Amino acid sequence: MRWAGNFTWVCVVAAARRAGAKPQGACHATDSGQRHDPERKHRALVPGLVLALIASIVAAPAVAQTEAEVRIGPADAPALIVRGTTDADIFLPVLRAFLATEPDLAIRYEQWGSNDLFARATEACAGGAEAADLLVSSAVDSVVRLANDGCAQAHVSEETATLPAGQLWRDEVFGITQEPAVMVVNRAAVPDAPVTRFDLIDMLRPGGARESLRVATYDIEESGLGYLFAFMDSLQATTFGSLIEAFDRSGAVATCCSAELIDGVIEGRWDLAYNVLGSYAEARAAESDEIAIVAPEDYTLMLSRAAFIPAGAARPEAAGRLVDFMLSGQGRAVLRANHLIPRIDGLGVEDDVSIRPIPLTPVLLLTTDAAKRRLFIELWRNTFPGDRAAGP
Amino acid sequence: MAEASAVPRRRRSITTRLALTLAAIFVGGGTAIAIAALAYGRTAADRSFDRLLIGAAEQIAEAVAVRGGRLIVDIPASAFELLSLAADDRIVYAVTAPDGALVTGYPDLPRAETQGIYDGEITGADARFVRIDRLLAERALTGRVTVVVGQTTQARTELAREIAGRAVLLSGIAGLFMAGLALVAVRRALAPLDRLARHLSTREAHDLRPVPVEVPREIGVLVDTLDRFMARVERQVSATQALLGDAPHQLRTPIAAIRAHAELAREERDPEKLRAMVTRIHQRALNLGRLADQMLSRAMIIHRADAVPRAPVDLREVAMRAVDEVDHLGGGAGVGLHLPEDAVRVAGDALSLGEAVKNLLANALRYGTAPVAVSVSGAEGRARIEVLDAGPGIPEGQWVDAMSRFAGRSGVSAESAGLGLSIVASVAEAHEGTLRFSHDGVRFHATLEMPMLGAGA
Repeated sequence: MRWAGNFTWVCVVAAARRAGAKPQGACHATDSGQRHDPERKHRALVPGLVLALIASIVAAPAVAQTEAEVRIGPADAPALIVRGTTDADIFLPVLRAFLATEPDLAIRYEQWGSNDLFARATEACAGGAEAADLLVSSAVDSVVRLANDGCAQAHVSEETATLPAGQLWRDEVFGITQEPAVMVVNRAAVPDAPVTRFDLIDMLRPGGARESLRVATYDIEESGLGYLFAFMDSLQATTFGSLIEAFDRSGAVATCCSAELIDGVIEGRWDLAYNVLGSYAEARAAESDEIAIVAPEDYTLMLSRAAFIPAGAARPEAAGRLVDFMLSGQGRAVLRANHLIPRIDGLGVEDDVSIRPIPLTPVLLLTTDAAKRRLFIELWRNTFPGDRAAGP
Repeated sequence: MAEASAVPRRRRSITTRLALTLAAIFVGGGTAIAIAALAYGRTAADRSFDRLLIGAAEQIAEAVAVRGGRLIVDIPASAFELLSLAADDRIVYAVTAPDGALVTGYPDLPRAETQGIYDGEITGADARFVRIDRLLAERALTGRVTVVVGQTTQARTELAREIAGRAVLLSGIAGLFMAGLALVAVRRALAPLDRLARHLSTREAHDLRPVPVEVPREIGVLVDTLDRFMARVERQVSATQALLGDAPHQLRTPIAAIRAHAELAREERDPEKLRAMVTRIHQRALNLGRLADQMLSRAMIIHRADAVPRAPVDLREVAMRAVDEVDHLGGGAGVGLHLPEDAVRVAGDALSLGEAVKNLLANALRYGTAPVAVSVSGAEGRARIEVLDAGPGIPEGQWVDAMSRFAGRSGVSAESAGLGLSIVASVAEAHEGTLRFSHDGVRFHATLEMPMLGAGA
């Protein structure tokens, strides 16, 4: 196991997997929220390798717990409760920049898994729990679902008016970030990195140039984000069918978590990771020369992390100001510095036609439909039989 | 109107009335249009968005299938894309199995008894629902699968408002345009009134000629009445003037004669001569009285002709009464009456006509030759009443003069009063008729001819 640079948070799933167990442990890339993993007991977010390992060992059973909780700002000031799936170390700079403009306000940031966050928000909406003042989640389908079910309140400002149609719904759901779904390629193993999905399918074809390419992608049963990306792939193009067939033939691996996928490529366990969240990939690529990031030229899914103010928020005005800050020029600069808005040019995607934003519209309700999910996962299981899901 | 008559100087102009009426029409019409537009907008918006709702529900119903004995619903993305056309509306849906179990979607949605569209609520917001059933008849599964799709009504309300707003805006613009046209039309229509008003305000007070301004039919009645009124005033004025002009001339001579006779009588000592003189004075006084009667009678008839409303008069009755009265006064014995079977009606004043016939009859009895007769006839819309005698009558050269006031023929003789025929002529004129004289070689005719009323009148 090799750790890249001084990357702070670690994923400790791999070791457990090798033992043949279901993934169980702390994965910092919480965007891969393990919504449908009933065995997931605990997620610890701790600084440093040692603490991470300790956390995984002393994993205690708990239900719907925060993964991390940080309070910033003056100790005596009222605290705005912000709940999100974003890693605290990535998101806190944004919150700190906001607090610099609000001297009389503090923020309590709670980092949740997307599944727990959704459950908690639903509970709060029904009046059974304390509501947050602002929710920021990469599980945009859950966010749209919550807003659709009347759990959000509207916020209108000059800043929200600048949002394009797909990043604003009902003046309640705001698309804050822009994070592409990319391929991460090991430069040494794949010098001729595929530029499109067609390239990838061709490579994996029997007798193709890279028949034995080791490919990994999210396990959509475990990762909400992986499910969302795969589902959007299935809506975008007919490529999806060929792609999962190719994955099937080549013995591709489905696994958890952005970080594990990226780490696996850096370590050489896999040659290519498909549908990785670009914001994390960009952050890692900045520290490691071993990987290349490919935004597929046929189309690149663009996720806009969604924020909304819950209906029961105690401080909706302050939450609205935080939304406005994140949409302002200053806020965007901080988001960009933390890779939450990519430098598109740097990704090699210049053609706007190939960028396919995941629109924040009720179409995402389909993603949350139970029957649809069951069918989609059946299809996926046929491609990735259970024995391979555990890893190489 | 009561207030208007109480303060006669403060009159509201027709322009103000029209403006107020038009304003009321435009406001009332505008309100009606706005209400209708809102209703129409609501209907149109409902219709279009209901189609989306039905379309989405049908797509979901299409996606119901039985696979491996299991009920499968593979909802296509297009169903939600269709619903997303109402961009900011919330969506709920439910697919229920024949046994009532929820296959997928939201539990506890409001459900209609039958298929169709209905109103409801989604967490407090107004919403529209559709229920569509799919009947399955598979080996593994038979029965009714129910699909319910609901959507909040934000977009359709906005569309309804937009449609209504535009309709109101357009009809507002059309209304303003029409108001402008109405203004022009009103100005144009009222122009003759302005001309009339200008003419009347500059007209001399003693000018009794007809109004020379061209006016439309609607106020033509007014102007005609004005003209008739002025004509009547003129006739009255000239009748008065004639009376005042004639009276001294006509009365002075007989009065002077009576005075001369009376002075002579005062000096006369011989009782026999005195008696003869008194007899003459008496005769003169009688003539003077008759003259005064006739002058007053003429003035009265001229006055009546204008002042008394006309009523249907049967000329036969006029003729009979005249003959009767002349008989009554004596000397009318042997006057013949020729009357038709049917009534001969004219619109007129029975008294004036009677006076006229009596005058003609008196003339015929005094100057004509027996037998004298009165004849009434009606033909081709003209009614005639004639007085005939067997004498030579008035010489043809004097027919015109006979009808004027100073009839040379009668003069101021001891026996006659010269106003008789001019009275008849005045009556004829007042009844829009004529007085004619003719001689058929045997008898002399004095004919009063005027328009006859229809049989039904």
